[in-house]
Amino acid sequence: MSKKIKDNNDDDKKRPTTEEGTDRRNFLKLGVFAAGLTVAGAGLQKAFSTEKDSGEKTKVLTTDGKVVEVDSTQVKGCQSCCTSRAESREGIPNKKWVMVIDLSRCKDLLKCQHACQKYHHLSGMNVWLKVFRMQDAEKTAPYWMPKPCLHCDKPPCVKVCPVSATYKRSDGIVLVDNERCIGCRFCMAACPYATRSFNWGDPELLSETTGECYSPEKGFPQKKGTVEKCDFCPDLLRQGKLPHCVAACPNGVYYFGDLTEDTVTNGDETLRFSQLMKDKSGYRLHEMLGTEPSVYYLPPVNRLFPFKEREKEDANKAK
Amino acid sequence: MEQTKKVVSEAEAIQMLRQYNEDLLPKKFGIIGKSWAAFLLIVFLTGVYCYTNQLRQGLAITGMRDYVFWGIYISNFVFFVAISLVGSLVTAVLYLMNVPWRAPLTRISEVIAVAAIVFAGLIIIVDMGRPDRILNMFIHGRIQSPIVWDVLVVTTYMTLSILLLYFPLLHGIAFCRDNLKGIPKWQKWMYKILSLGWKYKTEQYNVVKKAITILSVMIIPVALCIHTVTSWLFASTYRAGWDSTNFGAYFVSGAFLVGAGGVIAGMYLLRRFYSNYDRYLTDHHFDRMGKLLVLLAVVYGYFSINEYLIPAYKMKGEEAEHLHELFTGYYAPMFWSVQFFGIILPIIVLLFKKGRKPLPMFIMAICVVVGAWFKRYLIVIPTMSMLPVQEIPEDWKHYTPTFQEWSITCGSLAGALLIITFFVRFFPIISVWEIAEERGIDHDTIYKHLNESNEK
Repeated sequence: MSKKIKDNNDDDKKRPTTEEGTDRRNFLKLGVFAAGLTVAGAGLQKAFSTEKDSGEKTKVLTTDGKVVEVDSTQVKGCQSCCTSRAESREGIPNKKWVMVIDLSRCKDLLKCQHACQKYHHLSGMNVWLKVFRMQDAEKTAPYWMPKPCLHCDKPPCVKVCPVSATYKRSDGIVLVDNERCIGCRFCMAACPYATRSFNWGDPELLSETTGECYSPEKGFPQKKGTVEKCDFCPDLLRQGKLPHCVAACPNGVYYFGDLTEDTVTNGDETLRFSQLMKDKSGYRLHEMLGTEPSVYYLPPVNRLFPFKEREKEDANKAK
Repeated sequence: MEQTKKVVSEAEAIQMLRQYNEDLLPKKFGIIGKSWAAFLLIVFLTGVYCYTNQLRQGLAITGMRDYVFWGIYISNFVFFVAISLVGSLVTAVLYLMNVPWRAPLTRISEVIAVAAIVFAGLIIIVDMGRPDRILNMFIHGRIQSPIVWDVLVVTTYMTLSILLLYFPLLHGIAFCRDNLKGIPKWQKWMYKILSLGWKYKTEQYNVVKKAITILSVMIIPVALCIHTVTSWLFASTYRAGWDSTNFGAYFVSGAFLVGAGGVIAGMYLLRRFYSNYDRYLTDHHFDRMGKLLVLLAVVYGYFSINEYLIPAYKMKGEEAEHLHELFTGYYAPMFWSVQFFGIILPIIVLLFKKGRKPLPMFIMAICVVVGAWFKRYLIVIPTMSMLPVQEIPEDWKHYTPTFQEWSITCGSLAGALLIITFFVRFFPIISVWEIAEERGIDHDTIYKHLNESNEK
């Protein structure tokens, strides 16, 4: 146990950021305390405070995937703590995240995009989740297609990264570490789905994120000269919540879940993933490229809404 | 080979050597030379200034955005890598093939190679979003990434090229050390240190010759590697226009062509501005280089046809869109000018004996080099506008390099030319002992002559 704490300490020294120094120190102190008490679940994600128990209990997720109940006051001191950069390379154990996007339900409301932009504090032109107007051929019907990062199982972006700043985790998520990225943009060239954005200048940091600690699992604060993209919100997944886009969609377009459990949910209904694929003929984008995305699409048949052009687009055309 | 060597009597040889040494020692610049160097320096420094802006404000000062995310920095990098291949072509390939007319051309091509590869390395750092993290390449480098391969081969090639320039130059530096009169102290020191105590001894020549042979054998595969790996930066992606198995050979053949163009341009300018150089860079050399250029242009034309004709025959989805842009669309004027002036016209002109005279050769060489620069632009940029372009600001869809971006790019070109210019100013650009050897003067004679002149 004490060895583990020591390791954490070493890891801490290596990390260059200074803003969260006090948090980190508290975290360490608390970590030692936690070790002394031998709290269940070694290497707890959340740290613990020395304050007296309030009686209220909170569930926290340990790194090995167990849910443990601890006193809520113990969680408090570490609201802004980040999953360490080393830890965010591991992935949440025994999970394999999958997303299903039901094209028959999309009405181009863009609630998903707005939620994504807001919670990732994205400013300027960088958009992680795009909704494209698709029309496969001249005589076929147009439809709306939301496109997050597809978190490929054979990710071309990870293959070409010279410094392993973008990497694939055990739970299927592809992340970018913007404290390691050298800004060569080769991943943007390699990605056949054009999901990646680049911070060309100083990102307009919004007031609420200044001074916040960085974790590849959050994706912000953004940094100049580095690449960023949709991350499947692993910070929320650790808390047992759904990604922002999934939760924000009023039409239940997005299903999200764990492939090992074969279940996906859009918040309203929870379905068997394999059954859903079978019933609705799920497919993936550009299957012939061999990238094996983690995002599946359901074809736009029996649509909930008639297709309507986007007004902004019309305005652009008029220009 | 032995039979073609003229046997020269000793007196004749010493006469010839005296002539060479007089002709080929580096000379002070006249007004043209000075204003040329000043012009290059201004362009270079403007580029450096703009780069400091880029360091402060990020790549936002360029015209690149999320869709066209590689711009003229990258196409310029490809151009530099391409032109640097000529070092290995003239110095190594022609050397190993015992081509008799190569001797006066080796140093010109090698200095072009060194200048270009140095600036290829610099311009790729300019393109990085986070140049401050360059050490990550070594701390966290992944051998699976073609960028790491490129770093490895470019640094190897740079090292070999510098050695291949330096070893045959030792004689020349020593000769400057001993014979240049009325030069500033620092220059004397520079010659003294750089000549590594060269004494014109036969053993020294033998060591140098051995080193040149080993380096020539080593540099050919490395040269093929640098440009093949550079082409793989593109060919290893899925994008229409880059996703091609032809890319390695296509890039290498284009590189030899532009390099030969660069050497011809250099030959002409040296001959034009140094009165006695036409004794060494003769019409015969131009004639031979002209024939070589035709051969290289034909080979490059062959790979270009491979590159465009087969996708154009199939007209597959995105490929078709890309080819339409090039053949008849936005990029058509540039595309066809580059093909015509960069490949077709030089072949036609240089097939005629009159076309292989210095002036028309020079004009064709400039066409080839400028065409090659724009050819790289056409290889890099149009491919990136082939993706779904919705929901992005209008100006992101088209790429127009900004003034500062041009300025940095021109600064890098000026920097490479500055290296060459300063080299010509301070070092003999034509290798005396190699020419002497080519014309049948043996080492003992050279040695004797030089020691005599030193004693005086």
